[in-house]
Amino acid sequence: MRLAKIEETFFRGLMMAATAVILATLVLILGAVLVKGLPAMNLAMVTQAPKGGFYLGKEGGILNAILGSLYVTGGATIISFIIALPIVLYLNAYAKKGSRLVTATRFSFDVLWGVPSIVYGAFGFAVMLFFGLRASLLGGIIAVALLMLPIMARAMDEVVRMVPRELLDASYSVGATRLETARKVLARQALPGIMTAVLIAFGRGIGDAASVMFTAGFTDSIPYSLMRPAATLPLAIFFQLGTPVAEVQERAYASALVLTVMILVTSIVARLIGRRFARHIVA
Amino acid sequence: MAGKIHISVRDLNVFYGSMQALKNVNVDIPEKKITAIIGPSGCGKSTLLRAFNRLIETVDGVRVTGKILVDGVDIYDAKADVTEVRRKMGLLSQRPYPLPMSIYDNVAYGPRIHGLKRRRELDGVVEKHLRESGLWDEVKDRLHEPATGLSVGQQQRLCLSRGLAVEPEIILGDEPTSALDPRSSQRIEQRFLELKDDYTIVLVTHILRQARRLADYVVFLYMGELVEHGPASEVLENPREQMTREYVKGVIS
Repeated sequence: MRLAKIEETFFRGLMMAATAVILATLVLILGAVLVKGLPAMNLAMVTQAPKGGFYLGKEGGILNAILGSLYVTGGATIISFIIALPIVLYLNAYAKKGSRLVTATRFSFDVLWGVPSIVYGAFGFAVMLFFGLRASLLGGIIAVALLMLPIMARAMDEVVRMVPRELLDASYSVGATRLETARKVLARQALPGIMTAVLIAFGRGIGDAASVMFTAGFTDSIPYSLMRPAATLPLAIFFQLGTPVAEVQERAYASALVLTVMILVTSIVARLIGRRFARHIVA
Repeated sequence: MAGKIHISVRDLNVFYGSMQALKNVNVDIPEKKITAIIGPSGCGKSTLLRAFNRLIETVDGVRVTGKILVDGVDIYDAKADVTEVRRKMGLLSQRPYPLPMSIYDNVAYGPRIHGLKRRRELDGVVEKHLRESGLWDEVKDRLHEPATGLSVGQQQRLCLSRGLAVEPEIILGDEPTSALDPRSSQRIEQRFLELKDDYTIVLVTHILRQARRLADYVVFLYMGELVEHGPASEVLENPREQMTREYVKGVIS
């Protein structure tokens, strides 16, 4: 009896320690970004594009990368959502459970999820070369969409799978078709989860440097055309950290701060919207 | 049998993969009566009920042979429209599953799907069917609140309204009171007794007393086979078959 109690305490301690590690990591990262980034933070950082000599410590900001990241990830989010939603609805409302197609689709998403983002970058780059495209906003959007698709689809799949089948039966039994049921019941019931899935994918997409390096390229000007290169925040951070100038390195942290705040704001907004829809969810 | 026959089951076999859930079932369900399907767990009661509105087909790996005639038309015929078949029957499941929308939208769900758009008409349909399930007075001031805010008993009556809103001829109940408290169960039973003037009602139940209270006609299934069927008074009080006698007495369950 006493041994069991010691065991219990011991393992509970381990679990608490593990939780503390993850919380501490978050706090430390946010702390480091804040401490190092805040001094370099100013209005010009978020309202101006880099001016001549920006990477040597002269004037300017990272508006080019802020907008670039928003365009690239925003576009990629829309594209991968448009592809992911039908896949998920098909897997859960139409396809035979446990059929080979379903298993193969889920398996390939799991594999794709694990593929390093540089591979998406390289793949996207190869495809672009094939079509004679140069590094551009469009190229970046497509590469990031590929990166986000498996994450979004698999995360959405998990929540849609949790929808009780009796709920679908209830819809079928008044004479609804599968499509009506998928759209009006399945999608709605899973909406908050779908929202989270989109967020997870968005977070991964906006923070990724490797996939956009060759595909979106980099430029100091604010993106104005799908066919022109676009800057992104992760790459801006990368270049700023890579300079030997201490002030510019500080700007990298300020840029990281901007990126973090953007992800935070998106999460909060999405959650607020999600809550509005969540009030009808069947427990 | 007196009265008209509404559903005729002819040589019905249902297989889940290699498992046979229903074996050569032949039975007639009378119109505008309450028919109770009784039998021990796993005897195929729910399978038979779900075969009536072809909901059984949403289960993967299921195979159905034989015929089910509703109003003389085989619903398993290749030409039969499954959404029309289902529309003829309202279903109440063991636990109420309100759809993830407001009370109003739950009742309006079916009519909207079948093309009713005008707000005024929908309002009328929603009120009529909420009254039919006896829920109207309890929810008329909060029609646009989430259906999940209702108690379980109210949710089950909401599901009844939702089923009735597509103007079915038949109400199917799969142990519809099993998740409810006695008071709510009683309300649902009361509704059934009122509704049987207008609808054919088929209830799966494992509660013999419920079958005694409600049923006009009883179907007894055991291990996927139809053992006995007939007027409730005969099957429940004076069964012909040994098996039925034992079940009704509570020897087997």
